[in-house]
Amino acid sequence: MEKLKLVMIGNGMAGVRTLEELLKLAPDLYEITVFGAEPHPNYNRILLSPVLAGEQTFEEIILNDLDWYRDNGIDLRIGCKVVDIDRQNRRVIAEDGSVAEYDRLLVATGSTPFILPIPGKDLQGVIGYRDIADTEMMMETARTHRHALVIGGGLLGLEAANGLKLRGMEVTVVHLGDWLLERQLDKTAGKLLQSALEARGIQFRLNTNTAALLDDGEGRVAIARFSDGEEIPADLVVMAAGIRPNAELAERAGLACNRGIQVDDCLQTSDPAIYAVGECANHRGIAYGLVAPLFEQAKVCADHLARLGNARYEGSVTSTKLKVTGIDLFSAGDFMGTEGTETITLSDPIGGVYKKLVVKDDVLVGACLYGDTADGGWYFRQIRESHNVAEIRDLLMFGENALGDAGHQGQDKAMAMSDEMEVCGCNGVCKGSIVKAIRENGLLSVDEVKKHTKAASSCGSCAGLVEQILINTVGGAADVKPKSEKPVCGCTDLNHGQVRQAIREQHLTSLGQAMQAMEWRTPDGCATCRPALNYYLISTWPGEAKDDPQSRLINERAHANIQKDGTYSVVPRMWGGVTNPSELRRIADVADKYQIPMVKVTGGQRIDLLGVKKEDLPGVWKDLDMPSGHAYGKSIRTVKTCVGSEFCRFGTQNSTQMGIDLEHALFGMWSPHKVKLAVSGCPRNCAESGIKDVGIIGVDSGWELYIGGNGGIKTEAGEFFVKVRSAEEVMEYSLAFLQLYREEAFYLERTVHYMHRVGLEHIKQAVLEDEARRKELHQRLLFALSFEQDPWQQQIETPALKKEFERIPVREAETA
Amino acid sequence: MNWLDICALEEINVLGARIVAGPKGDIAIFRTASDEVFALDDRCPHKGGPLSQGLVYGKRVACPLHNWQIDLASGEALAPDVGCTHKYPVKVEDGRVLLALKTTAKCA
Repeated sequence: MEKLKLVMIGNGMAGVRTLEELLKLAPDLYEITVFGAEPHPNYNRILLSPVLAGEQTFEEIILNDLDWYRDNGIDLRIGCKVVDIDRQNRRVIAEDGSVAEYDRLLVATGSTPFILPIPGKDLQGVIGYRDIADTEMMMETARTHRHALVIGGGLLGLEAANGLKLRGMEVTVVHLGDWLLERQLDKTAGKLLQSALEARGIQFRLNTNTAALLDDGEGRVAIARFSDGEEIPADLVVMAAGIRPNAELAERAGLACNRGIQVDDCLQTSDPAIYAVGECANHRGIAYGLVAPLFEQAKVCADHLARLGNARYEGSVTSTKLKVTGIDLFSAGDFMGTEGTETITLSDPIGGVYKKLVVKDDVLVGACLYGDTADGGWYFRQIRESHNVAEIRDLLMFGENALGDAGHQGQDKAMAMSDEMEVCGCNGVCKGSIVKAIRENGLLSVDEVKKHTKAASSCGSCAGLVEQILINTVGGAADVKPKSEKPVCGCTDLNHGQVRQAIREQHLTSLGQAMQAMEWRTPDGCATCRPALNYYLISTWPGEAKDDPQSRLINERAHANIQKDGTYSVVPRMWGGVTNPSELRRIADVADKYQIPMVKVTGGQRIDLLGVKKEDLPGVWKDLDMPSGHAYGKSIRTVKTCVGSEFCRFGTQNSTQMGIDLEHALFGMWSPHKVKLAVSGCPRNCAESGIKDVGIIGVDSGWELYIGGNGGIKTEAGEFFVKVRSAEEVMEYSLAFLQLYREEAFYLERTVHYMHRVGLEHIKQAVLEDEARRKELHQRLLFALSFEQDPWQQQIETPALKKEFERIPVREAETA
Repeated sequence: MNWLDICALEEINVLGARIVAGPKGDIAIFRTASDEVFALDDRCPHKGGPLSQGLVYGKRVACPLHNWQIDLASGEALAPDVGCTHKYPVKVEDGRVLLALKTTAKCA
């Protein structure tokens, strides 16, 4: 089939990102031509300010070098401005007379700085701040001239002012508003910012208009006159008073325009063959000037260009960050507050910290932070996801505080860390290497940082720090979507929730069927999606969906835990942590017979045999003659117990028997992540019930249930769930909660994270308030568990399964 | 080339692997969804993880220890990781898997 022709006008970040997304989806659909007016390949425009400030070089901010265009077969025409779109004949005409025909046209012409219509605006030395040429001109002028005037106290203007000051100029910022960054900050924060910048030697004139620019007699600007008649010297004037969508070309071609090229939720213009993305486009009345929304548009536009047609762009909630080193501010959403909103503020003028949170109907709708923005990403997530914050309202101001306790010296503020400090304690990655990787490779998401640096790729406890570093390095371009919004992996655009929904609603029962129905891009998925899909299938359709061992990771396939040297660990089940002399003898005999190098007591009250060779596993299991402890699975692990009323003089309930009963009931339960329980016989809580997925504490009058505890990376105390009277109720309520978790959580989401995502209220409603639902959940779990057998027994009994554990010998003689 | 008869193709799971005890260490033989077979040293270039125990998808395997992605045809780790594991000639004839114990290419 002959390729379609795609022409793109504009070679900036939004457009090229669209091409990147398109090439991922449909690499061979189009023959692509790109016209770029600037004589450069695509670069990271938002990093021009660090270049101006002397913190980065032009080379460092190139996103796609010329090789990229060549490798992807893109005909790149740089320094070549398109002057006309001929929609009749579907072609574009460039300044140099060259012509390119299109089947689809993508307009990504960006924006232009708004130049104030004042006398003197055309003088030499008067510029906008938009591209590499402007930046170079400012750097050059700073070497030869002294006085700079920046018109506009917005993000761009302040970044320009800071850069010019660092390059040695005397800088004045003139601003029409009452305070700086009035679109990003409230007055209090704006004033704090002004003081901080004044301390750096930048001067400000607020509530002031620029009336005229006067020349030096040779055509260069020399003096600025303000509306109050005052004059100051100015050899360089940077107009940063806003941007205008660059829609002129589209308008002339007759496309519907209104403060930008009008696009629908598919990023299509009024001509169905023409799409527009980025700052030139106006979507539902908004022309976005920040990079994160543009990337969201790029993804949707690519989906339609690739003829998939699933995606919709429905607008963005934006957040901002000023890229001025040493000044930390962040705002998102409706941070000013309107009718019906409440604000929570923290103000420490001496410490230079100000935080304001805006809440409406128990949902965080806006945040404005100055001086301490460590939790900006977290607040932004709360805003985007509209979580109910009623329960955490009194703690909201203190932020997420959800970074791991271990592995990074207790640091939870990336800004405060020096370059040499270790961020990722698992892989030994320091802050400097992460920042360098982000800059050199143009990384925009935590996942990309994980791939390139390995930071946060093991235990993940430092993911929050990495996210902060990312936000601090690239600002608003950082893609910090929560897992619930991200695609499962590169094989699909669907997120975990959508996948679960499709499997349920379309009654999908096999991996192949599921991938086909959801239009997976790869024939057999990858190591990320297959285990997740397999879990969703078997948990949604127990007894119907067939477990696919090849889609399980090795531990669940081998029913043992792989160790660093390729040997395995074997943990037999000891119900409720109770064993007996006969079991202990068998364990001792097995350890001798198979020369097991280490025998260790685990934290879950059982015994671990470490260093078992894979081929010995079936023999070890057979000789142990004990069921699998599932110490390797995303499954029920163990129920830890204390001695309880049988022996303990303080015990109020028979916690050991309760634990044994629960462990029997849950045997063989697969779950999104590992699940641990504990039962204590009195409030002394010797079984550590407070840090378990389900923790049970016996009291004189019954049992207390706690859920969502976790003793791992980040110690999380469980939330009090309910108090019940009888052991039967403990069983019913615990199982019902676990079934809800099994049905609603995302793969690899622990109960604590599931609970934080859906809210404790939601879980209480389903399990506590709705008795019928609780009983259904309980029954559904029992039904699912009725299909589960002891995997070790199965492996011993079925020769076909056993062969995976055997090595095929090769006779030495045959190796010529 | 001296081909060794290893096993029937059916004895390797689809999207799975078997281990052959080679004279110089274990060799992993992989079977893809389209019944192609590949043979690599059973050692991840990263920290020596047994690739035979990894998850096979497309023409790749994910190492069970730290999830490095290894290309089955070339033995090369996928970017941004860098490393390479030795590969062996292997083919299927009349439903039998045949292996030659001669590394075809040196890792770069």
